[in-house]
Amino acid sequence: MEKFTRLDGLVAPLDRANVDTDAIIPKQFLKSIKRSGFGPNAFDEWRYLDHGEPGMDNSQRPLNPDFVLNQPRYRGASVLLARENFGCGSSREHAPWALQDYGFRAIIAPSFADIFFNNCFKNGILPIALPAAKVDQLFKETEGREGYRLTVDLEAQTVTTPSGEAIAFEVDAFRKECLLNGWDDIGLTLRHAGKIKAYEEKRRQSEPWLFV
Amino acid sequence: MSAQTLYDKLWQSHVVYQEPDGTALLYIDRHLVHEVTSPQAFEGLKLAGRKPWRVDSILAVPDHNVPTAHRDQGIADPVSRLQVETLDANCAEWGITEFKMGDIRQGVVHVMGPEQGATLPGMTVVCGDSHTSTHGAFAALAHGIGTSEVEHVMATQCLLQKKSKAMLVKVEGALGKGVTAKDIALAVIGRIGTAGGTGYAIEFAGSAVRSLSMEGRMTLCNMAIEAGARAGMVAVDDTTVDYLKGRPYAPKAELWDQAVAYWRTLKSDDGAKFDAVVELDAAAIKPHVTWGTSPEMVVAVDGTVPDPAREADPVKRGGIERALDYMGIKANMPITEIAIDKVFIGSCTNGRIEDLRAAAAVAKGRRKADSVKLAMVVPGTGLVKQQAEAEGLDKIFVAAGFEWRDPGCSMCLAMNDDRLEPGERCASTSNRNFEGRQGQGSRTHLVSPAMAAAAAIAGHFVDVRDLL
Repeated sequence: MEKFTRLDGLVAPLDRANVDTDAIIPKQFLKSIKRSGFGPNAFDEWRYLDHGEPGMDNSQRPLNPDFVLNQPRYRGASVLLARENFGCGSSREHAPWALQDYGFRAIIAPSFADIFFNNCFKNGILPIALPAAKVDQLFKETEGREGYRLTVDLEAQTVTTPSGEAIAFEVDAFRKECLLNGWDDIGLTLRHAGKIKAYEEKRRQSEPWLFV
Repeated sequence: MSAQTLYDKLWQSHVVYQEPDGTALLYIDRHLVHEVTSPQAFEGLKLAGRKPWRVDSILAVPDHNVPTAHRDQGIADPVSRLQVETLDANCAEWGITEFKMGDIRQGVVHVMGPEQGATLPGMTVVCGDSHTSTHGAFAALAHGIGTSEVEHVMATQCLLQKKSKAMLVKVEGALGKGVTAKDIALAVIGRIGTAGGTGYAIEFAGSAVRSLSMEGRMTLCNMAIEAGARAGMVAVDDTTVDYLKGRPYAPKAELWDQAVAYWRTLKSDDGAKFDAVVELDAAAIKPHVTWGTSPEMVVAVDGTVPDPAREADPVKRGGIERALDYMGIKANMPITEIAIDKVFIGSCTNGRIEDLRAAAAVAKGRRKADSVKLAMVVPGTGLVKQQAEAEGLDKIFVAAGFEWRDPGCSMCLAMNDDRLEPGERCASTSNRNFEGRQGQGSRTHLVSPAMAAAAAIAGHFVDVRDLL
């Protein structure tokens, strides 16, 4: 997994609540058996005017000029600003794969859906939950000033605005450590293989029907 | 020891190890796998030179991509076909049990697992699919995971997880005629919102929940994720035990007795504390219909479409306006005036035998409205289909002008050929009414199977209670 330590990035605002993973990456792209290449189809139905299917040359497709991420001022954004319950719905990890492939490394919202939130950490994306009023303020500042950037410092757990305001955020210690180091958590878990085997043996005695 | 919730018990009995910040290694008893969220996990496993920890804990089935008609011709779309073939190949390589497309047991993973007795009380169940919450109906701790976690569980038999808070949703009283588990689920989501359960595991309890069949409890737990909760659960009682007895993967002989004795302990203790409690009066729940593009955008069938002008919160107001525009309906319009183009009866939410019976009871002796282009019934599994045919339900549907299909996820998410055309409106027994969910530009209204069948007959939403 790619490490996440510090990010100084252009911010793009997606001003709607309950953005679901179907919207982030529509189902037809889930037929891929690969982990990469989903970026050009992130927000496909909002982003393009035609209907997208796997295998199309996305660079030739008509862009929807009304979709915020298509505005030239947000090109190259790596911080996504969003509203409540971002990433709700399907557990598809294709959603964080698509966002990461698009270029986002941090997402700031008042709240996230649980599975999506978890999936982000497995892919080097930092989801940051901030109070709704703070997110409101960031929306206003982002929309009000072209080229608006934020600095995200995972070690310090702060988001810093261009005016120097440092906004603190919470993150689980274990997730933080994994992200800072880019650790493969399977490798970490396998260090406890002995404990897993011992647990399994205990359950085999207490609930033998599970191991028939 | 202080009084424990069912969730406390299930959690505690599966913790292998705990990090100082509370992140636990949770042992996983059952891993259900389908074709969409597993190929990258199998590939990752192989690239790292790892192998599945416990092959006998895994059951696989293709469901999202499978066709529901002309199945003898295979899967026409080469991309879909490759994904199913990749599952077949991965299962063959590791010796994983898979119910392939021609197998009578094949079908929607969350219908298949319980039907086989592969979901048992006291288990932890995971699947790379958010609707894994369904299995909590058996007092199992079940939730959806991402593909990285699928790989993690395959490689280690464990999931890294922090304990959630516990919510009790208590539904007391008797449901009215024609009101189902789906309506309870939609009423709960209407009450707490699609993020109301975020960070919680929900236990559904109360006399109305205890009166539900296992099929109804599965519908309820299935929709827990639409309320934001990764897990939903119901305590064990006779209904649970009776359902499981004799199922292929359920324990037999002395092990059965031993298992049942343990399962009976899987309920919240008296006085157990919940972090949140939501109470509903079953008798007051009416059949529900979603009007918008989120399951929380829901009202009773005798209600009207909300008016954004009455919403003070600007983000919410914008959401309502956008939803009305997308759905092509007007504020203050009575729900019963919304005309539909298609009907979909099926999915992991409502593709079980009881659902088909409820829909057939409405369709019997009636005829689909001419204005309804398609009413399709997709049984959850081949065994559900067989059972329905043994009861003559297929004949009732066909006589009423409905199509009788083969099992799979079908138009719930439209990954196969079953989808809506842009602008088409569907009465659907599935779980999500998101923009584009049933096809680009699709308009979905979530309802119970009986309500979907009633809409097919009338050509618009009607109160099914008037037809019973």
